[in-house]
Amino acid sequence: MSTATENQIDIDRTRGDFSYPESHTFDAGTGLTKGTVDYISKVKGEAEWIREFRHRALEIFRSKPMPTHWASKDLENIVFENIRYYLANGQKPTRSWDDVPDDVKRTFERLGIPEQERKFLAGVEAQFDSEAVYSNIKAAVGEQGVIFCGSTEGLREHPEIFRKWFGKVIPTGDNKFSALNSAVFSGGSFIYVPPGVKVKHPLQAYFRINAENFGQFERTLIIADEGSEVMYMEGCTAPKFETATLHSAVVELVALKGAKIQYVTVQNWSANVFNLVTKRAIAHEEAEVKWIDCNIGSRLTMKYPGVVLKGRKARGEVISIALASDGQHQDTGAKMIHAAAETTSNIVSKSISVGTGRSTYRGLVHIPKHLKGCKNNTECDALLINSQSRTDTYPAITVRGTGNSSQHEASVSQISAEQIFYMQQRGLTEAQAMSLSVNGFVNDLVRQFPMEYSVELKRLIDLEMEGSVG
Amino acid sequence: MNPAILESEEVLTTNAASILSAGPVSPEQAEAWEKFTALPMPVRTDEAWRFANVKDLDLGGYVPAQPVDDATRDELLTRSMGLASIAGRMVFANDQLLVQETLGDSLRQKGVIWLPLDQAAAENPELFRKHFMREEAILGGQKFAALHASQVRAGTFLYVPRGVEIDLPIEAFHWEHGANGSVFPHTLIIAEDMAKVTLIDYYESAVPDAPALACAVNDLWLGAGASVTYVCVQNWSRKAHSFQLNSTVVGRDAHSKSLFAQLGGRHVRSESISHLRGQGGRSDMLAVTVAEGAQEVDARTFQIHEVPNTQSDLLYKNSLDDTARTIFAGLIRVDPGAHRTDAYQKVRNLLLSDEAEANSAPGLEIEADDVRCTHGATSGQIEQEELFYLLSRGIPKKDAQRLIVFGFLNEVIERLGNEPVQEKLRELVRARFSE
Repeated sequence: MSTATENQIDIDRTRGDFSYPESHTFDAGTGLTKGTVDYISKVKGEAEWIREFRHRALEIFRSKPMPTHWASKDLENIVFENIRYYLANGQKPTRSWDDVPDDVKRTFERLGIPEQERKFLAGVEAQFDSEAVYSNIKAAVGEQGVIFCGSTEGLREHPEIFRKWFGKVIPTGDNKFSALNSAVFSGGSFIYVPPGVKVKHPLQAYFRINAENFGQFERTLIIADEGSEVMYMEGCTAPKFETATLHSAVVELVALKGAKIQYVTVQNWSANVFNLVTKRAIAHEEAEVKWIDCNIGSRLTMKYPGVVLKGRKARGEVISIALASDGQHQDTGAKMIHAAAETTSNIVSKSISVGTGRSTYRGLVHIPKHLKGCKNNTECDALLINSQSRTDTYPAITVRGTGNSSQHEASVSQISAEQIFYMQQRGLTEAQAMSLSVNGFVNDLVRQFPMEYSVELKRLIDLEMEGSVG
Repeated sequence: MNPAILESEEVLTTNAASILSAGPVSPEQAEAWEKFTALPMPVRTDEAWRFANVKDLDLGGYVPAQPVDDATRDELLTRSMGLASIAGRMVFANDQLLVQETLGDSLRQKGVIWLPLDQAAAENPELFRKHFMREEAILGGQKFAALHASQVRAGTFLYVPRGVEIDLPIEAFHWEHGANGSVFPHTLIIAEDMAKVTLIDYYESAVPDAPALACAVNDLWLGAGASVTYVCVQNWSRKAHSFQLNSTVVGRDAHSKSLFAQLGGRHVRSESISHLRGQGGRSDMLAVTVAEGAQEVDARTFQIHEVPNTQSDLLYKNSLDDTARTIFAGLIRVDPGAHRTDAYQKVRNLLLSDEAEANSAPGLEIEADDVRCTHGATSGQIEQEELFYLLSRGIPKKDAQRLIVFGFLNEVIERLGNEPVQEKLRELVRARFSE
């Protein structure tokens, strides 16, 4: 196969020449100290309780060990002292479009990314003019009483709404990286949907690109009040240049009685990024939470979206697609905590390992005793493309009592040689046949994504497959 | 390990102190003892002990089991009820040989060796050393493997030479008798190329509710084309700590079948590892568990596909009543280059009470692409329709439940493919139900 398309998504780090302006009003420098936390808090003009919250989090972060007794040892390669924990006002490294590697430009081309967005995504432009779109959306949903703003703004202007749930779904001490996020968070979205309101437009983080949205330590909190519905999307399929090697977001969702939340993520960080994310939802009575999660980029992603099914008849779902290419480790999965009767959960995970890529599914399903009518269904399928590809599955299921049931199934396979042969007979190249086959493997999940995402995903898979055969 | 270790029984049996402070005797034993004391006890955060109630692993207070008196000896011998037709039998009580019914002359002339472990170690030191505890206990039980190595003094040694087939099963009974006693049974089977044999271990306690410690190890080794069926019925006292560490090495085109019936014990830990080491090898790993009362049955398994073209098929079924807990944590591993692996792993839990808890963690680690690996785990309860059907036929509820549970477990037993052995297992499971 053509070597030009190999490692399409793997960005050559040596080619971009990154530089930071020497001094900037809003730069916390490298390393993490109490001073850094104070600095961030001061720049954001935060209330005293938030500053204290950050300081407590910093202490917890320091006291917690790395979870390497079960997780990848690659975590040990994170050098916390070398990381910049805060860059404000969309401050980005400067570079010119000529510095952007050709293969990345080609990927943009293939994905059909608009010219202006390309420059932003490639790190050429710090600002992307989405302000108009964002204001329009904000105004449109604002009429319905929906609050859609950044985390700083949310905590400053609507503490009565957001403080109640902030840090409650995912406590600071949940894990080392949720503690880190709690200490230095900035960016992310805060959304409140009033009772009965069904938000027509999907709310996209993309609209808020200017507002530090793609930050390293995003903090998102979505509250869907009784009977409301909302869909939120973050990320994009286009590869994104990043100089910051550690990303650690915390996303909390609260679905009150009868509410529905869908949260769609497409993650395509560049291949030097550690992406360690904590995502969890609480679903009250008859509420529904659905995580649709797609991981394509990063060096190591560890992300296990969860739903705490707290109210009767609540429903949780995780749809997960992972694509691990050369040198990548997609360690993803799901958690379902059943805490009320008649709650149901469904997990469907499909992963594809290409080249030396490694994909891992980790799952947790917990059904305690004295509950009746709880059901869990888990399916994980893994596809291995090359002989050095690797896949792991580590589910953990606890079921108590006689009123509940759970079933878990997983399979690992490779693309059927017969299928490929059949397609080649019909005049398709091997790469085209592989790509068709892989797209078929994930098709039923990809269809659950919003249309523009699914089209881009398909193109991305095509790109990956071209470089993987031969 | 040196045969001398196996001659250490005097010291151990005359030591009245807790077994955990019993002084070692030979250098090898001392080394194993040192390893045992140096290794930390499992803690809650050990992945290999996830879900397990590690606080219940305190082994203090157990003493070396004493030789039984003549009356007990006679009683235990009459209670050692195995199959009607067998090729050979040994009965141990408190790690002492009571009786050895040797194999027929024809098998002996063909070179089959069937001896108590200590005698085999003395008479066939090379063969013994080559296979005795050669595989690491890599599923978390290293400490208990070291304990076994430092204390072992009884067990069976079976060597089947190339091409020899033993049609009838061979049996070994291991009795534990007395309060707070501890036993360390060992089973070592070496089946050379094209050899064939079936061995059944029965682990029994003389008193059904006396505290006891049992720490058993079995090593199975299969040469090219060999076929070994190994059945282990664990029916220790309901207050026993039971550790069982199994390792099976499957050679080229060999076929191993193992079945663990977990009926007794209070805290039961079983680790079973199949090394698929020769192309064309196959391992069937089976287990049935009847967990009641406050029992915890913790099973860890590992299917390691080291070379291409191998198969493994695991089926573990647990029935859980009262406040019983079961843990199944299994892993299928396909090493790089082990293409055309066909591996399967299935655990099914049947919960009969609201207080019972089933934990399942079936895992896969695959580093080759031309493979077929699947696993499944289900937890559920008796189908009301099935129960209703039986009730409508006038069968009392308790009996109907038992029938359904029995049918559930019998599916595993039938996979053995040896009718007399299957019937024996069914009999033992039925007896367990009627307690």
